[in-house]
Amino acid sequence: MKTLIATTFLAAAALFTVPAASAAGGSGDLQKANIDVTNEASLQRGANLFMNYCMGCHSTEYMRYNRVARDIGLTDQQMEDNFIFITDEAGDPVGVGSLMKNAMSEAYGEEAFGVVPPDLTMTTRINGEDWVYTFLKSFYVDDSRPLGANNTVFSNVGMPHVLWELQGWQEKVVDEDGNERLELVRSGKMTSSEYDRAVRDIVTYLSYMGEPMQLERQRIGLYVLIFLGIFTILAYFLKKEYWKDVH
Amino acid sequence: MASNPDTKIQGGVLGWVDARFPLSQMWNEHLAQYYAPKNFNFWYFFGSLALLVLVIQIVSGIFLTMFYKPDADLAFASVEYIMRDVEWGWLIRYMHSTGASMFFVVVYLHMFRALMYGSYKKPRELIWIFGVLIYLVLMAEAFAGYLLPWGQMSYWGAQVIVNLFQTIPYIGPDLVTWIRGDFLLSDATLTRFFALHVIALPLVLILLVAAHIIALHEVGSNNPDGINIKENKDENGIPKDGIPFHPYYSVKDLVGVGVFLMVFAVIMFFFPTGGGLFLKPDNMIPADPLVTPDLIPPVWYFTSMYSVLRSVPDPFLGVVAMGLAVVMLFFIPWLDRNPVLSMRYRSFAAKFNLGVFVVAFVILGWLGLQQATTEVSEMSLRWSTVYFGFFFLLWFLSKERSVAFSLIAFAVVVGIYTIYDILRFDPSDASLIMWSWLIPTVYLFVTMVAPAFARGLGRDRAVPERVTS
Repeated sequence: MKTLIATTFLAAAALFTVPAASAAGGSGDLQKANIDVTNEASLQRGANLFMNYCMGCHSTEYMRYNRVARDIGLTDQQMEDNFIFITDEAGDPVGVGSLMKNAMSEAYGEEAFGVVPPDLTMTTRINGEDWVYTFLKSFYVDDSRPLGANNTVFSNVGMPHVLWELQGWQEKVVDEDGNERLELVRSGKMTSSEYDRAVRDIVTYLSYMGEPMQLERQRIGLYVLIFLGIFTILAYFLKKEYWKDVH
Repeated sequence: MASNPDTKIQGGVLGWVDARFPLSQMWNEHLAQYYAPKNFNFWYFFGSLALLVLVIQIVSGIFLTMFYKPDADLAFASVEYIMRDVEWGWLIRYMHSTGASMFFVVVYLHMFRALMYGSYKKPRELIWIFGVLIYLVLMAEAFAGYLLPWGQMSYWGAQVIVNLFQTIPYIGPDLVTWIRGDFLLSDATLTRFFALHVIALPLVLILLVAAHIIALHEVGSNNPDGINIKENKDENGIPKDGIPFHPYYSVKDLVGVGVFLMVFAVIMFFFPTGGGLFLKPDNMIPADPLVTPDLIPPVWYFTSMYSVLRSVPDPFLGVVAMGLAVVMLFFIPWLDRNPVLSMRYRSFAAKFNLGVFVVAFVILGWLGLQQATTEVSEMSLRWSTVYFGFFFLLWFLSKERSVAFSLIAFAVVVGIYTIYDILRFDPSDASLIMWSWLIPTVYLFVTMVAPAFARGLGRDRAVPERVTS
């Protein structure tokens, strides 16, 4: 009986450890994003970068401004003053309780980039945090592409290298061992480590965006487990007490 | 137990109710005076746990329907609205998605228990039939529910399954249009799946569960020894090895509930996507009829059947094979004619047969998640053969077989798939076909030929008079 139980659980464990198949064309080795969603400063820097560099094209339309403000430690006023760039039909800035859409039409997106820039609310859940991190670090100069840049993680991507002024420009070089790698040929405003941190901040923010309740659920989960643990112990002793007279 | 002297004379509210509705009588018949064998073990938790998960699914489902929009334009966003804007919405939604997978975990373990202790044998055939029907309806319920988030996997998973009906000769294409309500999977499909998922199938499910339990309480529970406890009664007509379900098993099941809910909570709060098995990453992309995902594996609880489907090259025959993989379950009570119920007293060959069946089911489940390469298809075919072999062996091991009969039966069965192997032989996969041929053959050899020569392997043991431990 013991072996039967053990075998069943081993079999179940084997079934459950199947790695999640994911990533939109994930190629090559991904670098570890090493993010920390509890880091409020990183979340705020990430929000700042995302709203200024990404949101012109990419919406996060399942999320609301005031929810982000509340979760990353900003006031509604700060959010309105710094991060709301779109207006409603009347031309007024949209309210802080609005969904985070953007002003670009689908038709324009398709015309400019060949494909509508996808909504990024859940991009880290779809592609994985490491993929997004590596993707943002893997643009290189490629004159054959309409917007002058290509990407080693997502080849022939429609997106230009939006963060070029921060990172500078990389070129694909082949070293003496025949391995391809990217080399910085023109530096940007940031050093390499500063740029890594900036990208990490964006990924942190997007990871939060993918599942804004992720910290809350783990916190609550702990209390639920403690409660259930006590419940189970009490139930066990109750059972023992009742079963004393069963022989 | 129609008239109970203890409860008839009660006054007060209970007496008033009892004069008008058999409340005390039902309480007694199903709980306080329902005598269950005292030797239930670990495996007997899963029946009551399945009932618990059903309640969890219904309650969390009610709350989800309050906020969900069954409309192709709104469905995806309404799920994210539940996850982000609805207070505790994420909890309700994760409860429902975790519950769906846990339902199948619990039901599979419950079915395994029945196979292990012969709970489908006389007089419990109808309990088993109701159980398999529950399993069927549960699959339909899970399938309909999976479409509702309207993500890429919802859409394309449903597309694949609905299109299976396309393979039926003559009526296939029209049938598929009728199921979809449109010429492609669309809003019409979503709304009807919603209706099926929240009303039609749950109603059927609850009725079947009621029938399952009524049938069980009519004949009484089986036990790990497979002994009929009603054959040993004391002077009051109470089985000597029986104890009232309430309070003994109600408090015992409470422990099971506690442990189960902890497992449930660990998944729900810490691993809600189950590493992509419970909630697939691709399902976070809204459904797009123009973009087909690279890989469209079904959810884990369907992958075993899916592997059976993929193991047959002809689409229609594949669908038939997949259907048979489920339908065969109905025939188990009449295939297995061995008088010994419990595996505890069955022969090595019978134990081995059940063990290999579990292994085949798990391996087929894993294969169903993989991209269909030559190796995966070949393994699917071999383990599907083993899967169906299990049912044949249930019949074969019903009694001791003669050497001649064993050898002839073995030769016939092995011959059937060997001829098929010769017909489909492809020199480029020669070694794969040849070594994998050993998988079903070794299995059949151990269960059919070995017991004919080493009689100990095929001999059942004596069942004791009274339950043990």
